[in-house]
Amino acid sequence: MSAVPLLDISGLTVEFATRRGVVTAIQRVDISVAKGETVGIVGESGSGKSVTSYAVMRILDRAGRVAEGSIAFSGLDLTHAPESELRDLRGREMSMIFQNPRAALNPIRKVGHQIEDVLRQHARAGSGDAREKAIEALLQVRIQRPEERYDAYPFELSGGMCQRVVIALALACRPELLIADEPTTGLDVTTQKAVMDLLVDLTRDRGMSTILITHDLGLAAAYCDKVIVMEKGRVVETAAARDIFTRPAHPYTRKLMRATPRPGITLRDLLPEGEASPLPPPTSGDKTPLLKVENLVKEYPRPDQRNPIARFMPGGKAGAPGPFRAVDGISFEVARGESVGLVGESGCGKSTTSMMVMRLLDKTSGQIMFNGQDIGALAARDFARHPLRSKIQMVFQDPTDSLNPRYTAARAIMDPLYRLGGQSSSGTARARCEELARLVGLPADLLDRFPHQLSGGQKARVGIARAIALEPELVILDEPTAALDVSVQAVVLNLLADLKSTLGMSYLFVSHDLHVVQLLCDRVIVMNGGRIIEEGAASDVLERPQADYTRQLISAIPHPPV
Amino acid sequence: MSATPSREAAIPRQSAGWSATLSHARHVIGENPVTGFSFGLLALLIFLAMFGPLLAPFDPLASDTAAALQAPTARHLFGTDQLGRDIFSRVIVATRLDMAIAIFSVALVFVVGGLAGIAAGFFGGWTDRIVGRIGDTIMAFPLFVLAMGIVAALGNTVTNIIIATAIINFPLYARIARTEASIRRDAGYVMAARLTGNSDLRIALTTIMPNILPLMMVQMSLTMGYAILNAAGLSFIGLGVRPPTPEWGIMVAEGAGSIISGEWWIALFPGLALMVAVFCFNLIGDGLRDIVDPSRRT
Amino acid sequence: MLKLLFDRLLTTIPALIGVIVVSFLLTRVLPGDTAAYFAGPAATPQAIEQVRKQLGLDRPLPEQFEHYVLDLAKGNLGQSLTTGQPVLSDIKARLPASAELTLFGLILALLIAVPLGVAAAVKQGSTLDHACRAIATAGVSLPVFFTGLLLVYFFYFILQWSPAPLGRLDVFASAPNEVTGFYLIDSLIARDGETFRASLAQILLPGITLAIFSLAPIARITRASMLSVLSSEFVRTARASGLSARMVVVTYAFRNAMLPVVTTLGMVFSFLLGANVLVEKVFAWPGIGSYAVEALIASDFAPVQGFVLTMAILYIVLNLLIDIAYRLIDPRMRSAT
Repeated sequence: MSAVPLLDISGLTVEFATRRGVVTAIQRVDISVAKGETVGIVGESGSGKSVTSYAVMRILDRAGRVAEGSIAFSGLDLTHAPESELRDLRGREMSMIFQNPRAALNPIRKVGHQIEDVLRQHARAGSGDAREKAIEALLQVRIQRPEERYDAYPFELSGGMCQRVVIALALACRPELLIADEPTTGLDVTTQKAVMDLLVDLTRDRGMSTILITHDLGLAAAYCDKVIVMEKGRVVETAAARDIFTRPAHPYTRKLMRATPRPGITLRDLLPEGEASPLPPPTSGDKTPLLKVENLVKEYPRPDQRNPIARFMPGGKAGAPGPFRAVDGISFEVARGESVGLVGESGCGKSTTSMMVMRLLDKTSGQIMFNGQDIGALAARDFARHPLRSKIQMVFQDPTDSLNPRYTAARAIMDPLYRLGGQSSSGTARARCEELARLVGLPADLLDRFPHQLSGGQKARVGIARAIALEPELVILDEPTAALDVSVQAVVLNLLADLKSTLGMSYLFVSHDLHVVQLLCDRVIVMNGGRIIEEGAASDVLERPQADYTRQLISAIPHPPV
Repeated sequence: MSATPSREAAIPRQSAGWSATLSHARHVIGENPVTGFSFGLLALLIFLAMFGPLLAPFDPLASDTAAALQAPTARHLFGTDQLGRDIFSRVIVATRLDMAIAIFSVALVFVVGGLAGIAAGFFGGWTDRIVGRIGDTIMAFPLFVLAMGIVAALGNTVTNIIIATAIINFPLYARIARTEASIRRDAGYVMAARLTGNSDLRIALTTIMPNILPLMMVQMSLTMGYAILNAAGLSFIGLGVRPPTPEWGIMVAEGAGSIISGEWWIALFPGLALMVAVFCFNLIGDGLRDIVDPSRRT
Repeated sequence: MLKLLFDRLLTTIPALIGVIVVSFLLTRVLPGDTAAYFAGPAATPQAIEQVRKQLGLDRPLPEQFEHYVLDLAKGNLGQSLTTGQPVLSDIKARLPASAELTLFGLILALLIAVPLGVAAAVKQGSTLDHACRAIATAGVSLPVFFTGLLLVYFFYFILQWSPAPLGRLDVFASAPNEVTGFYLIDSLIARDGETFRASLAQILLPGITLAIFSLAPIARITRASMLSVLSSEFVRTARASGLSARMVVVTYAFRNAMLPVVTTLGMVFSFLLGANVLVEKVFAWPGIGSYAVEALIASDFAPVQGFVLTMAILYIVLNLLIDIAYRLIDPRMRSAT
């Protein structure tokens, strides 16, 4: 590595003018990136990792400004460079790719033209060869049939494909530095791996430097040379990637590292050292089936079949395909006291399945037996008043979205008690509510707050308290930690495990993340394309996967070295 | 993922409870004196609507041909019209009628359109199709023209102006309520309410409606101005209110002919009153929108 | 492309049916004697009976509706009592005047409002931005007939820059040879500079009145949608790729920001066609709006009904055009059908 770093950030402080006064987003941050080096910036939400990168590109919002410090890029001070000079640098010397690739592309401009715009701006192509060079850029990000894709609009491409286009755009002018801000968040794990591998190959081949901004320590460990950990706007640790996991120096790094799910650990290992009580003994369920799903099918009409006029249109739909099967004849069981994980990528049918079991959605055919009764035969809209309603409850994916903004925490938890729990006096309901709060570890003084006054973890606890208020027998967990930071996720997962052993419920845990599922579940069901691909004990499936798809899924998940 | 802390801070406020809304309201009014001013103006309008006839120095209907067409003087602050009636008194007394038309028509459409929209958005299916079809049919007309047709056909009365104004605003209210209800239909907390045993009707009334209400209030304030303009427009072309009843639109119409000969005051003052009232409601609407939904600040 | 047009045409059918049914209901199912309405206030009982027979009002409702639709298909909108002419020919003769005025006002408003909204968004927080917001709020608060009167007072009575607000041409000028029916265009075709100037002088004030009225919503929506597009992620990407400010604002932001503006045009047209009636009355403009107002005063119902129908059909056609324009700009809508 050369002595002079390509990018040298020193003492950088960024402030935002808000209506509540000046807020310091990052404070005295030092980061250096050598030529050809891949540096990971890791932190949870609010750590200031994105703000740092925006400051480098000088694309901070109007309200933000660099208050202190310097950013030197190839010897040029970016904090004082005029806008015209910066414009020349952006896209040519340093470029950036963002989370949510679809939104990062102009929705009404052909992707080929968008690449051409950048090439022409930096005089890398003229009108004669622009098309050719844009197609070449698409080819380099391994897009099949680039001549056709050149004329595509972003909405016609998949999320992974859009991210490839964004990468092509960023690398078209062969910049020296690439900043990737959560480049794979929101993509499926298999797509995520493909995109990351591509990114690393391209940047290594060209000897580029890369800054990878992520909340995922596993991702940083797998792809970076050096890792910088940020917390609340400050850099708390900088170390080589292989060292940071073996000898994390800062307590925050240690906490973050421990909280990251990885193979071969138990739930308690996620919590900071010394904070974990011993794991409750596994409940030996009596193995009588609680839930039995047989040949369950959900079909949706294809969009063009909804419009009755379209059928009579010229070029009619004589040979139109049948309805779309989101869930295609699946069967499985959940025993009493058992936790079953339902795993798959987006669109695999896992959520549709859980909504049908939950009786929020009507099936097309098949059976859903609960305690020996076919609850699938009851219409979803009537199930709200059915006595079994209280026995099947759910913890939702987004704790914010699942709480009524106009209800206090207490009212949210008491709602099921009033509606289904037969409670009518506010005194006894309140007492039960406080008991539930204790159970989920929610301080009683937070009960009278509104959702926006609670943190993500606290909201998750309210959601859990509401779900267990009626002592259900089956709780469906719909990605309950997907919207949470890893350290909060660790706590919530442990809470769920404790509650299960105290209350003796069964869990159906719907998730995309095999590592997380394995921590909480006895058995795992892997779904793809509406069908069950593999099913078995959690440890078996993870360690000795039978199906190719499961193997792909497991190998795609990045994780820190064990 | 937004780089601005300020914007991140604004997101939870969107879904704030009433108490937070109130404190935010104080904050907005404190920061934005224009909104405070417009609330003051509203108080004045309400005061005039209630006590106008007591305050007017002259009988608004009494003509005095000797004093016809006088420019503003100390005695007749706003001058007199062709029949010598005191324009100041007529402008003040007209407040009640103009405000009443606006308030009744907006209240009517708020209830009918709001409920229909919530039903359409929440229940979907046939309810949605029927409400949507009614709305589309109304929207197929230029709205003022439809109002003209309705009043012309139903008969030339103030009640019919109120009905016509409510009808032409129906699609707007129904659509807003429908959109908001259908967004919330799939929200986590509505699903959660189902799981806890709430019936659909109960969810619509206790969960969906209170969450939509603030947005509907904003709309109410914004359409109030439009309702006043619409009613005044109708009476300007001779529909609805009949002379000699004092009403701002009709008074402008009475002064229109005299503008060419330079008697500006007959049309000017009722026109100004009209403008101030509409302006006041629009400002309040903008202010309320800032309070309810800070992300849509313009 | 043709399929798109055809699809969109199909979707106007329910609106057309709705409009016809509503206009039928307005006349037939109302309290009071429809025949008396159509016969006018001065009609004798015999005349009312004759009108009743003539309109088929003595027959059952479904049959009346059938006749009504058949009459419409034949273009028969009844007779005007005031002019003594068939309503259709009256409307045909007066429509160009209304259309010319409305379009003139709209184009003027677009020419001012869109650049203003864009500039306000690009320079958010500047004086220009504040001015844009003030204009937007003030503009929607002005009663359009009142603005018209104020303009007449200042530019005709005080400054005497403008001719008397009485119609499309002053009494001494003669109308150009009719080609389009728009005096401004016809006089240019006839290379008649004097008529062009005269008609421009006449249309200027009412046109400005309409423009002031429709300027506010257009400027407001342009600014708002430009602001939201400018803070969108793809504009951030475009900036991060070093595209020039002009490229970012024009090619990336502006075209996307125009989508909501085009949608809003439907509503602006709704307002404009309504405001047109009031402006025509203020400026004695010989269009279909003032025709309807005259008929209203005379309790002559057939022209009013014809006017409402014409306006509704015109508006449906305008919405159709707006929708097609939207689909041309937005590729997502092209394949969505």
